[in-house]
Amino acid sequence: MPQAPRPARPGRRRSSLFARGEPLVWLTGGSLVLCVVMIVGLLALVLAHGLGTFWPGDVVMIERADGRKFLGEVAKDETFRPGPERLAELPPGARASVEAAGGEAGRRMLRTGNFDLTGSHYTWLHSYEIERETRPEWAVVVERLAWGRFYGFPRGFLIDGEAVATDAEAAWARFEEHHEEAVERRARLRDLETHEVGRSKRRVDAARLDRLEAELEHGRDSAEWREADAAYRDAEERSRAEVEELNVEIGELRELQGRYVLVLETADGAKKELPLSEIVRAYPANRLGLGDSIAVYVSRWWEFLSDDPREANSEGGVFPAIFGTVIMTLIMSILVVPFGVLAALYLREYARQGTIVSIVRIAVNNLAGVPSIVFGVFGLGFFIYIVGGGIDETFYPAQVEEKRAVFGTGGVLWASLTLALLTLPVVIVATEEALAAVPNSMREGSYACGASKWQTIRRIVLPRAMPGVMTGMILAIARGAGEVAPLMLVGAVKLAPDLAVDGTFPYLHPERSFMHLGFHIYDLGFQSQNSEAAKPMVFTTTLLLIGIVVVLNVIAITVRGRLLRAQEGR
Amino acid sequence: MREEGDVHADAGEETSARRHRPSKPSGVFEAVAQDEAFVTHVHEATKSLDAVVEVRGFNLWYGAKQALYGIHMTVPRGQVTALIGPSGCGKSTLLRCVNRMNDLIPIVRTEGGILLNGDPIYGGGTDVIELRKRIGMVFQKPNPFPMSIYENVVYPLRIDGVRDRSVLDEICEKSLRGAGLWEEVKDRLKESGLGRSGGQQQRRCIARAIAGEPEVLLLDEPCSALDPIATGRIEDLIQELKGTYTILIVTHNMQQASRSSDQTAFMYLGRLVEFGPTEDIFLTPHLKETEDYVTGRFG
Repeated sequence: MPQAPRPARPGRRRSSLFARGEPLVWLTGGSLVLCVVMIVGLLALVLAHGLGTFWPGDVVMIERADGRKFLGEVAKDETFRPGPERLAELPPGARASVEAAGGEAGRRMLRTGNFDLTGSHYTWLHSYEIERETRPEWAVVVERLAWGRFYGFPRGFLIDGEAVATDAEAAWARFEEHHEEAVERRARLRDLETHEVGRSKRRVDAARLDRLEAELEHGRDSAEWREADAAYRDAEERSRAEVEELNVEIGELRELQGRYVLVLETADGAKKELPLSEIVRAYPANRLGLGDSIAVYVSRWWEFLSDDPREANSEGGVFPAIFGTVIMTLIMSILVVPFGVLAALYLREYARQGTIVSIVRIAVNNLAGVPSIVFGVFGLGFFIYIVGGGIDETFYPAQVEEKRAVFGTGGVLWASLTLALLTLPVVIVATEEALAAVPNSMREGSYACGASKWQTIRRIVLPRAMPGVMTGMILAIARGAGEVAPLMLVGAVKLAPDLAVDGTFPYLHPERSFMHLGFHIYDLGFQSQNSEAAKPMVFTTTLLLIGIVVVLNVIAITVRGRLLRAQEGR
Repeated sequence: MREEGDVHADAGEETSARRHRPSKPSGVFEAVAQDEAFVTHVHEATKSLDAVVEVRGFNLWYGAKQALYGIHMTVPRGQVTALIGPSGCGKSTLLRCVNRMNDLIPIVRTEGGILLNGDPIYGGGTDVIELRKRIGMVFQKPNPFPMSIYENVVYPLRIDGVRDRSVLDEICEKSLRGAGLWEEVKDRLKESGLGRSGGQQQRRCIARAIAGEPEVLLLDEPCSALDPIATGRIEDLIQELKGTYTILIVTHNMQQASRSSDQTAFMYLGRLVEFGPTEDIFLTPHLKETEDYVTGRFG
């Protein structure tokens, strides 16, 4: 259809908004901002929750209208709208106050502890029930080995059952005087009871297994068996003497531990005698200055980082989990990097680029998209049952006879191998890209000098590709350290009795099961009996996990930076 | 383009007096049309020279496509021989046949032979790695290795397993002096080889190429990525190296060929057309195609 030419309209000659690209700037910029906000928000949330967990809060004493008293730390404050039945039950004064507030009331969750006396760790208190709220000077928070926290007032101090102090201040002075020794004795006791006795028992166990092995191999009436039997009896005899000796020391320490007792009174007036040996830490919350608070905070962090867990993992530290995470990640890196680099080298440098290589490359890339639990199942089915079972059959016949598994069960080696497999595509892809980025002119230059293929790879290509390989390793670490699902199948446990590295020969025990921070978080969050108390620990442990991944990455990035600088001569 | 024009102008001024006979058509176009080899027109002065590299009836195919047709050529000892010709004529391919760099391309197939001081380069018994150690090569773009200047220069010795520090130091200094670089870099031998200007990088590559005491030095358009000043220095360097080393250079730059070479070979579409002393090729070429090319009328 012919149209008359339009007259020029200078005033309206503007290109459309889309043509100028303005909305796309906003769209792309907005997406980036959204991403940044999410990342920052995530970190801020974890930081806010995680850092606050260990700060010693004030202890409040709340008197209810019915005369009951509660002592504890405020865990949560919230408002709610009581239902009509609830309102009808209330005394008139309380009802009036709720109605005055527009039908809303507050409620407060108080961590009251004293689980052994009350059967609960937390108590909900409604604002309309609260008569009075005070901060008693001598309210003391006691962290115990068992039963969780205790809130109360010091009322006395017993030595050998004799009261040496009867008022709060004197009792507290006595407590501070004797507590440190009690902590030292407890550490010594734990060392004796678990490690030394355990070591002695393990020796006997090893001798017994040797005897069993001799029996399986040579029969019961062979010279070897008799020799092994004699060794076993000897070991048993020696162990018995050792344990007896240890028991004497243990008995002495126990007796000492029982001598010192702190007498506390709850808000309800119930008396509780706590032996000092049971007390991990105690502080008069409302008497703390800023310095004391910081001291408590730091000491709690230190306990968290360096101690073993207690109370089904909801108290104490996570050192074994930190150790397990780091050692597993390290073993994984040591396994995955050389393997992945070699595979990528073959793919990129040696293999003839064709259909088969393309298929292999696609398969490797797809391996990265396989759900991690699948790797866990593979690890269980292949590494543990087949490889581990095979090792046990071959090298540990005695254990097999007793239906015990050494390598045929989850362990840090199998977990590392499984994760190495999981992260292998990451390393291969990153390495391949790095190799592809090495200019061909360098390879040609090297060949022209009379270098062989391997010399060229070894001296020119690999050094040049090293930063890219490190990038692959960083990605693998980040992925591997945070993985939980497959670990549950191949060796991560709720509580590992021994670390994978210790002072007994051969120092590295790759067959041992281990604790892992990611699994620990899951365990705290979902499997804990005391879930309210565990909740803040979830965030703290998450903070720690993030911290560890960051530290591992920073180390790798620093190394990569060094490599880059060394190459470019900056 | 400008440089080629300059050549044309220079040639025009100088040759007006000397052009005593008209150049005749070579028949190379007919050879191309019939997909045949072409009998090279070799000047008498070149024929008698002592050859370091001798190319004998050499053919090369990239897959099904033939790139070199029956090349016969000699590279005279101690001289600079330039390979010129339009893009895609096979100069670089021929150059890379001398140290068998074309082996790296899987689809390449060759026929015929090349001799290096009488030893066959092609053939089952040849050790390619040993062969390449006898030949130095410098590429279009400087390709320093990701290591220190020192390690870059002594690389040919390193891969031979030389560990003796004094030998390495000596060769490093000798090669860098040979490349006219010693004074410039002697204080920062341990620094990375990747930095610095392209010209210096290229001279370091030349130092690396002569570190292995090669029998032939192959230069594959060594100045194409460099600015005129750096190009000038490389050309000066080629003049200094001449005599000590036999040099085969591929160049696109007529001026460079006329300035720095003793012999010039003109190639066209996979055939070696005319081969003779540089002065003759540029001033009194025997064939019309050569004249057209060196005067900038085509190519």
